Amino acid sequence: MSLELKNVEKKVEIETHIYPTNIKLEKNTINVLLGSTLAGKTTLMQIMAGLDKPTSGEIWFNGENVTGKQVQKRNVSMVYQQFINYPSFTVYENIASPLKITGVNSDEIKERVGKVAELLKLSAMLDKKPDELSGGQQQRTALARALVKDSDLILLDEPLANLDFKLREELREELPKLFEDRECIVVYATTEPSDALMIGGNTATILEGKIIQYGKTLDVYNKPKNLTSAKVFSDPPMNIAEIFKSGDTCKLTDNSVQWKSNVKIKDGNYKIGIRPHNITTYKEGNNTVEINGKVLISELSGSESLIHFTNGNLNWVSLSNGIQQKNIGENTKLFMNVDEFLYFDENNRLVNHG
Amino acid sequence: MNKTINQKAWFFVVPVFVLVAFNAAIPLMTVVNYSFQETFGNNVFAWEGTRWFKQILLSERFHDALGRQIAFTFIILLIQIPLGIGIALTMPKKGWGVPVCLILMSMPLLIPWNVVGAMWNIFALPDIGFLGYSLNAIGFDFNFTQQPGDAWFTTILMDVWHWTSLVVLLSYAGLNSIQPAYYQAAEIDGASRWATFRYIELPKMKKVLTLAILLRFMDSFMIYTEPFVLTGGGPGNATAFLSIDLVKMALGQFDLGPAAAMSLIYFFIVLLVCWVFYSLMMKNEVKS
Repeated sequence: MSLELKNVEKKVEIETHIYPTNIKLEKNTINVLLGSTLAGKTTLMQIMAGLDKPTSGEIWFNGENVTGKQVQKRNVSMVYQQFINYPSFTVYENIASPLKITGVNSDEIKERVGKVAELLKLSAMLDKKPDELSGGQQQRTALARALVKDSDLILLDEPLANLDFKLREELREELPKLFEDRECIVVYATTEPSDALMIGGNTATILEGKIIQYGKTLDVYNKPKNLTSAKVFSDPPMNIAEIFKSGDTCKLTDNSVQWKSNVKIKDGNYKIGIRPHNITTYKEGNNTVEINGKVLISELSGSESLIHFTNGNLNWVSLSNGIQQKNIGENTKLFMNVDEFLYFDENNRLVNHG
Repeated sequence: MNKTINQKAWFFVVPVFVLVAFNAAIPLMTVVNYSFQETFGNNVFAWEGTRWFKQILLSERFHDALGRQIAFTFIILLIQIPLGIGIALTMPKKGWGVPVCLILMSMPLLIPWNVVGAMWNIFALPDIGFLGYSLNAIGFDFNFTQQPGDAWFTTILMDVWHWTSLVVLLSYAGLNSIQPAYYQAAEIDGASRWATFRYIELPKMKKVLTLAILLRFMDSFMIYTEPFVLTGGGPGNATAFLSIDLVKMALGQFDLGPAAAMSLIYFFIVLLVCWVFYSLMMKNEVKS
């Protein structure tokens, strides 16, 4: 089983929503489409599902060209950001609805709905109507409707975006387990890099209608093909600075920071990308370099501290564990983990490997 | 803590008080006052107790008018609600067609009621009106000034023409508030057009439809101007709905006592029906 997009392009009037795209999704994988709002994730999913036709290009499923094949005949299911359920049906009837339409007999419906409901912790609310449920339960119902069908392709379009923090964390942990023993391809669209890391599988970074990079999630994260992919896959945003390398010495072009590096690249000008969690108020890793900064903003996010600071003309973001109290305007010293630097050449391509 | 005493605040309250008193409380109390008394003019009143209420409730004339009224309201609701939903479903959702449809739909609602009556009166006249003349020309013996059935037909047609738009506009607004994802979900499930309507659109339109039915019920139950201009309640009493009959009694015959009692009964019927209907429709909505 596989889903392949061949040169798929989508234009609406003169505007290009998806540039010619090639991607092949394999059986039993979870594939994350990672990109900001309006990057084209939803359009891609609708094309994959058959809800929308590409302007040009083909969609192949299991070696069959399914371009233009109606969605009802494709055995797909989809879960949306909004909690979409039939408003006048009970939870049970909602979950059963895709089976009823395809004419599954009632004993089997009962058994399958019961199983899925248990999996999604809905057994106690089968008789309730969607508007009597919390947002999390409504979305669980929608997920159950998608799972009960045994679809070949399950599309999840930012399914957790409308949930509050705690429910999101909870459901996010459960999600990969739900698909573990299923013969299907899962596509999961999100704007959050942390979602992608948590879910694992494969990730495609998307920007402005183009797939920048597709591969195993950790590979894409650790070895972004280029600066764009690295930026899409970094939250808080990645720190980027111009450097000059000569011999085994690298320094920021304003000479403020200097470090030894054993990356095997030619001498010259580069850019480095440093993820915020690799700049910390304490030493981490075997190979650190100090940077002096003036604190702009210091904020707590859960049990982590986000410190924005300036060094020379550049604004930097750092992310440290624990509660690190800093005053605005304070001059402070931070440590950068040199081994985690990403080096990009003049064409913004990655030249080292972590 | 000391309370600040500021008598000027009364200036803010008094206007509303006076307004409500003059436009609601005082007229209503006048009617209540008349309904329990007999008057011969010259400000001479005699106490009659509940006599007028009994008289009205037992009178055949009231029963007939009420029967006609219920039949009329029932028929126009039966036509306008499905027709309105149907038209709303076929209206475009985007593009240049939207403003065109909306303007066309609003037109009948903008015409003064007595003008609607006059228009249809002329339109349906058997000798010179387009509708009346055409119907006769193709072989129907149509004359709404003589035949009760034709009078009903014309009145209902006029009301449908005048008011279906309101149902259309409300339904259209209700339909437009449904997120496209619902339709996609139904499409993925392979739901038929009918199932999509029955299980997504209709439940999602429930609130606006309740409103539409309530508004159409109240307006049609109190209809006066249009049939007054169109048929004057005739031929005979064939289209003498409650309010037409009421005006005949109050102004035509100057029976102020019974007319006042009838007004109150009329008012309570409208109130009761609206309340019962609304409570039934919203019974399951309270929790959310």
